[in-house]
Formats: sequence, structure tokens, C-alpha cells
Amino acid sequence: MSLSPSYDAVVVGAGMSGMAAAIRLAMFDKKVLLVEKHSIPGGLNSFYRRANRNLDVGLHALTNAVPKGTRAAPLTKLLKQLRIPYEALKLSPQTHSLIRFPKATMRFTNDFNDFDDQIKTHFPQSTQGWNELVEAIKSFNETNLENEYESAKDKVATFIQDEQLREMIFCPLMIYGSAWEHDMDWSQFVIMFKSIYLEGLGRPEGGVRTIIKLLTDKLQELGVELRYRCELQEVCTDQGNVKSVRLNDKRLGEILIETPLVFSSAGLPETLAKTQGQDSITARPGSMSFTETILFMHKTPNQLNQKATLIFHNNRDHYQYQKPEQLIDDQSAVICLPNNYHEGTSEFNEGVARVTFMANNEKWVSLSEEEYKREKEKVTAKAIALVSSYFNDSPEIIYHDTFTPKTVTRYTGHFAGAVYGSPDKSRDGTTATNGLIITGTDQGFLGIVGAMLSGISMANLHGLQGGRL
Amino acid sequence: MTATEVRQKVLDIIADIALDDDVTTIDDGVSLREQLDLDSMDFLDIVMELKKRHKVEVPQEDYPKLATMQSCVDYLSPKFQALA
Repeated sequence: MSLSPSYDAVVVGAGMSGMAAAIRLAMFDKKVLLVEKHSIPGGLNSFYRRANRNLDVGLHALTNAVPKGTRAAPLTKLLKQLRIPYEALKLSPQTHSLIRFPKATMRFTNDFNDFDDQIKTHFPQSTQGWNELVEAIKSFNETNLENEYESAKDKVATFIQDEQLREMIFCPLMIYGSAWEHDMDWSQFVIMFKSIYLEGLGRPEGGVRTIIKLLTDKLQELGVELRYRCELQEVCTDQGNVKSVRLNDKRLGEILIETPLVFSSAGLPETLAKTQGQDSITARPGSMSFTETILFMHKTPNQLNQKATLIFHNNRDHYQYQKPEQLIDDQSAVICLPNNYHEGTSEFNEGVARVTFMANNEKWVSLSEEEYKREKEKVTAKAIALVSSYFNDSPEIIYHDTFTPKTVTRYTGHFAGAVYGSPDKSRDGTTATNGLIITGTDQGFLGIVGAMLSGISMANLHGLQGGRL
Repeated sequence: MTATEVRQKVLDIIADIALDDDVTTIDDGVSLREQLDLDSMDFLDIVMELKKRHKVEVPQEDYPKLATMQSCVDYLSPKFQALA
């Protein structure tokens, strides 16, 4: 084992939060080492290439997609903090999205009035409660790091008696970020409500690659040392303080880096399990994982008479947001049709549909290699059937790929294929070890914008201001 | 260093932070927060940039003195002079 020079901070994971944290620290002259176990950046929002096609992982939509110049919005806040001009995102807003339940379908756009109208049309008796809920959400400071945990289901029920309406409101918010089954923390509900319904959805031209490129360019400009295929082995401590990290670098072998500060986006239980003197049982692994099937079609969704950008499909009156008992829950899904962002179509010469099902990690892990392949094909067939039900003609599938909870664990190291992290969060980023800071989804901010804001605010708080709130 | 030079140095920093705002029309007597999309995080950045670029330190109790461009110049000029 060779001893390497010391760093002001080591950031674990070159996902959205890790890259954002590293940028902020380096911007103010901290010597930062950013390590990533995978061979490419992005973490849970990454990309790959198959059969001459670009495939995205994560990022159905960029939430918080406010227009340029919107004041005090999370998106403009994070762009300023990272010194990235708004135009660089090349953001296209959604057309509209659908929440489809058996007894009602509601649509929403980036103009909140549209959703407001839909709710008042479909659920007129809930108008007053809805108005009060929206006011309560607007006036709540969801990013206060000292907020107590509170059940969003209970709280929303005090405003809205109609269970069907509550279920429909929760559906997109839960599947786009909740680490809890059946419910959300009220602060996280407010984050998601504002970021999806009040601010809206968009897509950068080029998808997730565009965001990742902006971040990696910044890292390079600031001279951050970024090592791929370099995995955290252990956070070494001395009397409760971070002393060093032991890394397994594919190129250099095992190395020890001295540092007083570690920002880990690897997940709370995942990080604690690698920290000396930490009890890994204090944070539970997440249980929400997913399969995603990406379909390339000979026609665009628009040519098949479907103009929606996202479809939150649910075949039950209740929305069962939970780890399914079977491999997947085929009664509920999210369909993302990236061709259907305004002006975002020029980069695709084929139709693309992405179908996400809730999945049971343990069931997927227990399959033999042969069963795994067969089950993946079944999921693909279900995804094609579901998407086809929203088109006026069966799409001709040119190429498809499906990834599962196993894929998530393999590439990101998150326990149990968890996409939204542990149900236990560290809101202020601290752990029982001094100098070990959690960023990303397990710090409790959600979505890509939330992840970047998490990296920024944790770097500011613990790296630049010495932990002063 | 003249007041104009100090103003320019502050303006350069603000332009880099509020990079989507038009900083050429700032009214020196009006609160910067009112004219630009700046929040407390951004003011901390102004303070950190002053230290990084010019070695000028602003203690936390003096942050209110950065409220307008004029108050920035009044407050920071002696600090820049002291370094010159």
C-alpha cells in the first residue's frame, strides 16, 4: 500500500451531488479528490450506448424547469452556485403529462393553472381543500435542515377528504423520488410538489449527457482530480474524526489518502458500512427499485397519436407505491416519451419510449442467469404492450433494452438496487463521525436538481463555512 | 485604489455570480437583492470571492454593509486601500 498526498476533502461518487460538491469546494481553492467506482460519471443518472443509440439512465425529466430569469427558484439557484449559464442547459419544456387512474385521467403542464383547472373540474367538491393545501405548500420552507419528519399522507388528508384525488396527487411525486413506501415525508412531498407541479418538467437537449458534460467541464476547468474505477473501501477514523480513506483504484491498486473531510454520495447505509466504528444498522437500505425498458420505434409517439411527455399509469383506485411482491408491479408504471418535449425532437431520428415498473430487488437477485434473461424479456413484452395501449397503432420496435435492480447495484453500489436511497436520511448531512458528510438522495433532497443542490449546500455548509448553519 | 476601481472589482464578482442577470443597469443606491436574483448563498459567494481574488476579508457581522453597490464601495474602499 502506498501513501498518497493529502487532500482537503475527498468526494465519493461522481453523480450529480458529488460533482456539484466537488465543484463548489474547488471553486474556493480546496484541494479535492473525486472518486467514482464506475468508469463514467453520472451515478444514478447516467448513460450508455448500444447499437449506435444513446440510452439514458434516470432523468425522465428535469424537475424545477422554470423559465430563464425566474427568481429564487432552485434551478436558477444551483446554476448560479455552479456558475453555469441557463442557456447551457438547452432546456425544452414538456408538452403535457397525464396521471391516469381507472376512474379519472388528469393532465398537467408547466403552467400550474392547467393542473388547478383539472382538479377543480374532476374534483369540484375538493376545491377549497385543494386551495388551502396549495397555500400551505407554497408557504412551507421545505429546505430548512431542521424540519421534523411528518407523514405527508396524514397532512394532505387534513386538507383533502377525497381519497382518489389524494392518490392521484401523490402518484407522480412518489414515483419520482420517495424512498419511503406508501407515504412521503412532508418536507419531501413539498419539494416534489413544487418541483413538478408548481415549477414544471423539462429536458435538456441531449438528455442527461448535457448536464453531465456541463459538470465535468467545470470540474476540469477547476482542476479537480477525478478518478474513475476507484472505489471507496473504508473511511478510517481516529477518535470519532475522519483521518483518511482507503480506496481501491483499478489502476494504482489499494491506496490510502489522508483527509479530514469526506463527502459521500454513496448512500447513508452504504457509507456507514464502510466507516470504521460506525454501526451500519442505524440506516436501513432502501426498498424502492425499478426496472426500465427503453424502446426504439419506427414511428415517433406523436405519429402514433400520443402527445403526452409523461404518463403516470395506474390500474388500481389506490396507488400502491411499494416494493411489489412479484418481480415487478405490472399494474402501475411511468411512461416517458422524450420525443414529446417541445423542440426536443431534432436529436431523435426514431421514436423513443421508456417504461418504468416498480421492482422487487430480492426476486431479481435470486434468479438464475437463464431465468433472469427470460424475465427481462417478459418485462420488455409488458412494457411494449402497455405503451401500445396509449398509441393508435402498434409500434414497430427496432431496438430495446431493459435494466433491472441488479443493474443499478452493479453500477452504482447502492444496496438493494435502491434508486431513492435509504428511508433514513441525514438532513443536515452529518453522521456520528466528525468530518463524514452525506450528500445526494440520502441527505434528503430529491431529483437531479435536488441532488445538485444537496452537493452544493453540503459543500457550502461543511466545507466552506465550517459547519455553521 | 479609487472608488470607481473598487466598484468595478465588486461588479466583476457580481457579474460572475449572477451570470444571467444584467449588471450594467445596477442602481448604486438601491439594494442589490431587489435588483438582482441574489440570495444569502450568493452574498456568501461575494464574500468568498473577495477573499479569494483580493484577500479582502468581510466578517459575518459586516454582511449588511454589502446591501447596495454604494455601501459596498464605501465599506470596501478602506479595506482595499489597506492592502495596497
